[in-house]
Amino acid sequence: MGEGAGKWYELFSRGARDWLRHDEKIRAAVKDNLPDIIAGADLANENARTVRVPVRMLEHHHFRLRRPDESFGAGQGNAKPGDVFTDPSKEGQGEKGPGGREEGEVQLLLEFKVDEIVDWLWEEMQLPNLKPRAGPSEETDWTREGWDRRGARSRLDRRRSFKEMVKRRGAPGATPTFTDEDLRYRQLARRRQPAVHAVVFFMLDVSGSMSDRDRKLAKTFFFWVVQGLRREYRSLESVFVGHTTEAWEFNEPEFFQVSGSGGTVASTGLSKVREIIDARYNPARSNIYLFYASDGDNSVSDAADARTALATVTADACFTGYVEVSAGPSRALATETGRMFEELQAAGCAAGSYALGDFDAVWGAVRHFFTTENEATA
Amino acid sequence: MSDAWQGYVRRIEELAARSGLKFHPVDFEAVPESFMTEIAVYGLPVRMPHWSFGVRYIYQLIQRHMGHSRLFEVVFPGNPGHAYLAQSNGLAENILVTAHVLGHADFSRNNLLFRRCQEQVSDRIVEHAANHARQISEAIEAHGPQRVEAALDAALALEQHIDVDQALRRERYPEYARDAKGLVDDAFQKRFAALERAGGDAPPEARKRAPVPPHPERDLLWFVANYAPEMESWERDIFLAVREESFYFYPVFATQIMNEGWASYWHARLLREADFIPQHAYVDAIKCHSDVVRPIAAESQVSLSINPYHLGFSMWEKLIERDGLDAARKVMEQDDDFAFVRNHLTRELAAELGLFRYQARSDGQITVLDPDLPALHEAVLAPKYNFGAPIVAASKVRTDGTLELTHDSRTDGRGLDLERSTKVLAYLHKVWRRPIVLTTVNQAGSALELNV
Repeated sequence: MGEGAGKWYELFSRGARDWLRHDEKIRAAVKDNLPDIIAGADLANENARTVRVPVRMLEHHHFRLRRPDESFGAGQGNAKPGDVFTDPSKEGQGEKGPGGREEGEVQLLLEFKVDEIVDWLWEEMQLPNLKPRAGPSEETDWTREGWDRRGARSRLDRRRSFKEMVKRRGAPGATPTFTDEDLRYRQLARRRQPAVHAVVFFMLDVSGSMSDRDRKLAKTFFFWVVQGLRREYRSLESVFVGHTTEAWEFNEPEFFQVSGSGGTVASTGLSKVREIIDARYNPARSNIYLFYASDGDNSVSDAADARTALATVTADACFTGYVEVSAGPSRALATETGRMFEELQAAGCAAGSYALGDFDAVWGAVRHFFTTENEATA
Repeated sequence: MSDAWQGYVRRIEELAARSGLKFHPVDFEAVPESFMTEIAVYGLPVRMPHWSFGVRYIYQLIQRHMGHSRLFEVVFPGNPGHAYLAQSNGLAENILVTAHVLGHADFSRNNLLFRRCQEQVSDRIVEHAANHARQISEAIEAHGPQRVEAALDAALALEQHIDVDQALRRERYPEYARDAKGLVDDAFQKRFAALERAGGDAPPEARKRAPVPPHPERDLLWFVANYAPEMESWERDIFLAVREESFYFYPVFATQIMNEGWASYWHARLLREADFIPQHAYVDAIKCHSDVVRPIAAESQVSLSINPYHLGFSMWEKLIERDGLDAARKVMEQDDDFAFVRNHLTRELAAELGLFRYQARSDGQITVLDPDLPALHEAVLAPKYNFGAPIVAASKVRTDGTLELTHDSRTDGRGLDLERSTKVLAYLHKVWRRPIVLTTVNQAGSALELNV
């Protein structure tokens, strides 16, 4: 075969084409199992744009016999009757051992864009867009609005100018070339925009009773809340507040690492939130959300203070949510803090609570809050 | 493609012909390694698209990456035959591969199973497969990728379910059953037929529609293509295309030990006899040969599978030494792996090669068993029965179009894997479009029905 001929296969790989199709199929399959991704996703950091999901390759199925309890095979090598050894393909995971009998299984680590997943989530939950709390706002934007015969050189609209020239030349006795009369400049106008701004407070109980696992649960949950709210607002700020018997504001990386000791006094955290709202946010213009994660063991002596502090926050908040991260499902929400939010909800406030027992439940929690929150604001 | 190697091709061909090899001419083409990988994945240079090939492709890339497998050549039988060699082969490897390819060309021209299947498929399978691929891309244009993929999912899932004893282009079953009475040819029937009819009118001919299928049908691809109640014609074409390719693959599968052994025997022998090959190339080529036919991976003492190159090579060597080349050629022409292993893998050879039979428990514990030649033969051949697939036959189509499939669990020794079988039924349901019932047995051995 000549040098020039038959080189198509260097430009096109059928294997790669069919692999891409497999990839598409697997992504579709993952999409159908969103709750699992959300539970298992490895959220490397809070600003993660992608999540990694380990998946198995798809199998194209054929009729096969049931795996037998005992099977017979033929081998070769230095072995005497009665020798016993273990199948190398069954030792260790995934690798094909030398001389093994079975093909090792390959796991893929697929990367998904967070945005993509949130898109799917939204489809799944079929949330209508939330109503933003629109206030008069200083927020301004420049928009293009019409043309003028005068303007800065940089805003010359060539296409438009050319059209003007063509139009003018249609008239009898016109000069053939461009004149200054033909030139059109784009105009900008200042536009007021309704506020579509939100701030979400994440309040985390960092007292000694919160385990690492509890904190990781809260983190995973908070991550998806941010993603969800980010869809709805042009700008979303997050504020992180941790509390034990005192409360502090943290930045994001510190927030999930901090671990305090001592008891739980929720009112300190709630007061801190109120303080920050008063200092930085105008409730009339901002949509305020509060999500609180705790194991629920609020100090009994704090009960009255916590209720008062919570009431001052909920007065201005669009929604207040409480997730109880605790290992035991038996006592779910039957805690001091749990009761407090229950009362709030009973009183008709936009509030909700959810017992987040393990990672599989994160999906349920996200769904729970975003549907109730929707009802609350609707 | 190196000129040095080109110069040797003709001389190796001449030497092979002098040694009694009878082969159609072979076109050699050197291709990049990526293309070799794809041929290994698809089995054919150009083949229909399907995502399952993508999975195999990745496995192959991983294998190659880990250095487990390297492909020197792939050869397609035909007249002329077509051999692809990896561009990365050195001169010594190419000399070896050329001789090896000629061994294959001799085998595929003379082995009866190959000849029969090639008569059916024609000796232009490479072109046919490319044509199928084109047909299918046209179908994708016309009917959309999803529908074509659904048809391919079903057809390729059944790719092993053909009946090579039937013709590739089979007639449909006779529409009407032969009248059982008409077959009885006794004196009474003759005298009765000779009687004048009392009424003068012949009674209306009592024709009976034959049941479909008239007997359990293992050629599932053909059966579905011909008797699916609501299949589109382009879907039938896909089933028949897959079936044709399976007819091509069957002899390759069923004579692997013989065929690879024969080619390895001949590359070793031609190399020995080729006095025109420079010494250094000869040494390199022999080293390459011993890598290919080595029984056990270098890093282990014991292998739980048998290298077909090594087994076939050793068997041919013994056979030719004992009975001479003419007798061996007869065996090569007439046998497939089943006959070859049963007749010619002797107790002495098995012991010499260190072959053993083992029992594997599901927890991975493996026990080497006492030597038992017939049982060893079965252990070697077991994965090859029925094209490597369980025996599933279409046994009935009910009046409402329900397809009954029956698994022959007595022959196979145990029931089907239920999860996989259910998935296969789901694929098939998309083209059969009526209910499907599959009968197999459960763990305890009692009958079990799967439904879609």
